[in-house]
Amino acid sequence: MTVFGDKKTVIVGYGSYIPRYRIKIESIAHAWGESLDTLRGLRVQEISVKGPDEDQVTIAVEAARNALRRAPEVSPKDIGAIYSGSESKPYAVKPTSTIVAAAIGASMSVRLADYEFACKGGTEAIISCISQARSGMIKYGLAIAADCSQSLPGDVLEYTASAGGSAFVIGHDSGDPIAYFEGQYSVGTDTPDFWRRDLIKYPRHGGRFTGEPAYFRHVIAAATGLMKELDMKPEDFDYIVPHQPNGSFPIEVAKRLGFSESKVLPGLLSPIVGNFYSGSSPTGLCKVLDQAKPGQRILLVSFGSGAGSDAFSIVVAEGIERKRGLAPKVEDYINRKKYVDYSLYAKFWGKIAR
Amino acid sequence: MMPKSPRIWQLAERRYRLLGSKCVLCGKTSVGPRSICPACGSDKVETVQLPSTGTIYSYTVVHSLPAEKNGYGPYIMAIVALEDGTKLTAEIVDCDPEDVKIGMPVELAFRLIGQESEHGIIYYGYKFRPIIPRT
Repeated sequence: MTVFGDKKTVIVGYGSYIPRYRIKIESIAHAWGESLDTLRGLRVQEISVKGPDEDQVTIAVEAARNALRRAPEVSPKDIGAIYSGSESKPYAVKPTSTIVAAAIGASMSVRLADYEFACKGGTEAIISCISQARSGMIKYGLAIAADCSQSLPGDVLEYTASAGGSAFVIGHDSGDPIAYFEGQYSVGTDTPDFWRRDLIKYPRHGGRFTGEPAYFRHVIAAATGLMKELDMKPEDFDYIVPHQPNGSFPIEVAKRLGFSESKVLPGLLSPIVGNFYSGSSPTGLCKVLDQAKPGQRILLVSFGSGAGSDAFSIVVAEGIERKRGLAPKVEDYINRKKYVDYSLYAKFWGKIAR
Repeated sequence: MMPKSPRIWQLAERRYRLLGSKCVLCGKTSVGPRSICPACGSDKVETVQLPSTGTIYSYTVVHSLPAEKNGYGPYIMAIVALEDGTKLTAEIVDCDPEDVKIGMPVELAFRLIGQESEHGIIYYGYKFRPIIPRT
């Protein structure tokens, strides 16, 4: 769909945030009398849990501040657009990006908006920053992908829906690049695999229907479409980071696309922190950037229910070595944890209240 | 009840970004933008960005929970001495009461402070947490 043909559209800063709390899936299964045998297919051991004073906005701000720490050459006043992708905004009407802008000290001359496309609102934010930076409309854009993923009590989603997110400072022909974008390809269809109706607190889904006609069809179409446009094969990529609704789908989709498991595991977060919805594949990308070498190529493929996928080819640049240590790594957040039981989990999420 | 929009709007920048004041004459820094220096009374005061790290100067563990805590507690309130010596009162998060210590290094965290009601404005601002260990 778009082959950039240059190395000028770049990530100059990236950062993530994951809350401190975790719950083991055994604790959730115990609360609902579920057998762990029926959950093994998810390949998820534990998930992150938002703290009692955290929401999608606080996660977005923390991730944005980490992204700016890795972009010391960028003043918040130089950011011309802030876009936040999420499906768990605390306000239905009042953009998260307005609060992020104030929290980072952005100028009033800034374009602000929130994106929603289930789990791919974050990559839509990235695409907007890419296109506005390439067109010269902005010098730098801040794209945020964060969620406090909602799940109906007792639903299978509870075993994966978690909290976390990432942010990226994106520019064109500017800054000290951490990576550059080679190409981008998107697909979309009307596929009712997962949805949340207006004013309804928790999403609903089509169970097994979320797999073949939704996740696999769209992720594979976007990835193969991009590789065809770029005239590349799986062997040309060092990493693949697909959306991570659980621990098994990303490995399966990578295998079907012709990628070895060793190329998907470095960016795989869902088995140990769950599914950050919009923040899922973007945080997987950050985990890969935390360890990748200059010159290595990454295939990022988001998936949003409803449904669609955005694929990106990203090549790591020299700046990664200078900037990686300027903010906490994804692994640092993974290692910082405190387990809670289902009662505290439910209280933190507002599933029970006094 | 009238919404608290004007007050929240007025406090947002200092709460979000931990802005402070520095007296041009005596050099004293304090939390929040001010027009008069609380130390020497000078009106030559400029707004500055306060440091985002410091140490716990003193603390207390609060067991009597206000309604907005929604039953979550006990929680830690501390006087934090920032790197430049400015002291402020803040909640310490991501730390269990048995682990908090005087002298513990802490860093700025962006958190929910409260909300008017389920229908009202949400307040955000600064709290502090133990510094996240880095690999």
